[in-house]
Amino acid sequence: MSEKLIKVIKKKCIGCGLCVKACPFSAISLVNKIAVIDLEKCNLCGACKDACKFEAIVISKPKIVKLETEEYKDVWVFIEQENQNIAGVSFELLGKAKDLAKQLDCKVIGVFLGYNIKDKVNTLIYKGADKVIVVDKPELKNFIAENYANVISHLIRKYKPEIFIAGATTMGRSLISRIAVNIRTGLTADCTGLDIDKEKRLLIQTRPAFGGNIMAQIITTDYRPQMATVRHKVMKELVLDESRKGEIIIEELDGQFIDKRVKFIEFFKEEVYNVNLADADIIVSGGRGLGEGKNFELIRELASVLNAGVGASRAAVDSGWIPYSHQVGQTGRTVAPKIYIACGISGQIQHLVGMQSSKIIVAINKDPQAPIFKVANFGIVGDLFKVIPAIIKELKKLNSPTS
Amino acid sequence: MKVVICIKQVPETTEVKINPETNTLIREGVASIINPFDMYAIEEGIRIKEKYSGKTIVLTMGPPQADSALREALSLGIDEAIHLCDKAFAGSDTWATSLVLAKAIEKIGEVDLVICGKQASDGDTAQVGPGISAHLNFPQATYVKKIKEISLEKRIIRVERLLEDGYEVLELQLPALLTVVKEINEPRMPSLRGKLKAKSAQIPIWTIKDLELKEEEVGLKGSPTQVVRIFTPPPRQSGVIFQGEPQEIAGKLVEELKKYLL
Repeated sequence: MSEKLIKVIKKKCIGCGLCVKACPFSAISLVNKIAVIDLEKCNLCGACKDACKFEAIVISKPKIVKLETEEYKDVWVFIEQENQNIAGVSFELLGKAKDLAKQLDCKVIGVFLGYNIKDKVNTLIYKGADKVIVVDKPELKNFIAENYANVISHLIRKYKPEIFIAGATTMGRSLISRIAVNIRTGLTADCTGLDIDKEKRLLIQTRPAFGGNIMAQIITTDYRPQMATVRHKVMKELVLDESRKGEIIIEELDGQFIDKRVKFIEFFKEEVYNVNLADADIIVSGGRGLGEGKNFELIRELASVLNAGVGASRAAVDSGWIPYSHQVGQTGRTVAPKIYIACGISGQIQHLVGMQSSKIIVAINKDPQAPIFKVANFGIVGDLFKVIPAIIKELKKLNSPTS
Repeated sequence: MKVVICIKQVPETTEVKINPETNTLIREGVASIINPFDMYAIEEGIRIKEKYSGKTIVLTMGPPQADSALREALSLGIDEAIHLCDKAFAGSDTWATSLVLAKAIEKIGEVDLVICGKQASDGDTAQVGPGISAHLNFPQATYVKKIKEISLEKRIIRVERLLEDGYEVLELQLPALLTVVKEINEPRMPSLRGKLKAKSAQIPIWTIKDLELKEEEVGLKGSPTQVVRIFTPPPRQSGVIFQGEPQEIAGKLVEELKKYLL
């Protein structure tokens, strides 16, 4: 960081120490009754400026600073966890990071925040991390974007990674944009492709826009780290290799990184379905063609045989047949599972943009003209009330050991 | 309660084309609307004002034609609109966009709550909301599906956030920023009176000078990311259609899916 970003105006400072107390990073101390800011620790959050009653601290952010990009190295992966369970997307990203790091001749480093997570670290090494930076604190038990962003911004300033990637999950998306603003670097959302331009050492980030109707390739030339969120189920995780060795760094943060303005109150798990849409390899979705809400039972049954998530079209959600959290499409969730089975969904553009990146699409619909068939790998023109039970029967045959 | 709602004008359909020479989107001839998620942000802002009184202000950064999006918001019942419009803003990525919006919110002053849609339907990034809150150093809650309580006395807001496998309750100190999902409300239709008011409203235009920004801080120059190439993805290959007796076609389908199931 350039020292020009934050300054203490010595003439105005009276050495009252309010800024010292206010600083979440313990970056300020009083030297000869004047506040002195340790720029290594400073995160430019502005808490000191707000606390100062004498306007003695000035922050000129953002300053356009061209970085010495060569100082930065290694590929960092944000390891997402909740209640000690590591999200699948984090393993996928470790797999991809391995590939990127190989091309750049550097290391894969997992950044792992939470509470009581230390015994999970080895799994990350077995799955591709060369090094894991662990921050294990009771205050990090629940994900609070502000706190996680403060800690990670601090770590980035300290270790200077070249690339930093996270899953394009609600957690990843809520967190990483704050970090990119703090650090003043480029961020690309929802990538489906990551590559390296070896000559220029640039991360080529490919992402869909306009609901997947166009693809854009994006680079960050002058700022580091190059940051991106990556969609689920796009990158391939490595096979668990228990012989892999790696380094573990337990990071003891000195100073405060907790934003007291945000309080976690409680979490309510949606108990109705076993598999959530983001993690599902297979999604079975129902639409208007189901006719009424109770017929969603058929969709749930098929989903349960396939161990799949349950999705829905906007029409089904708006009719009150299933909660909004299941809606796939422009005003709902974007999904890209291995198999997407659309039952009684006509395939309006607003639905297609939420699922057309799925690997295999199966459509079941009465109307042979339904637009859903244009994107389907396998289409069944027929009555879903007859076809779905038949499919369930076939699948059960497949699952039973006698077949 | 002073509430600012940030909106974006987007092309109505998601069927867009690219100018192969400039690598930019062809927006001519495509009707524009307010980003669908922003409609929920506008509605929530109006409801908060109705319940707690105060003022609602809608903000957009965009070209001159984005004026119509602001007027639509006014017709729905928003009190004031401000248009952040300057040629220098063109080509801003999410970093620069969130800076411009944050500067405008600072200039408005004494804002209690900022509401954004979860993401825009054209860029789909969901980065601008958290970006604004980081620039402003506001606490944030993303993917909000319900505002449970606002206490002006204690200066707090309690919200429910939609997550992958359920929802959580967060309490934030005001001023704060929220991004909202569809479940939060059902947007109203504009009233005739609202439409008339919107038509004649004076909408101030703020440029980089008004926001005390430099040219190199915004637009393409101020954006850390650069788009190097835009292309159309290969179309999905046309698939196989099965027709016939349910059990027979079910058998064929499962046979095909088998290799992907393992």
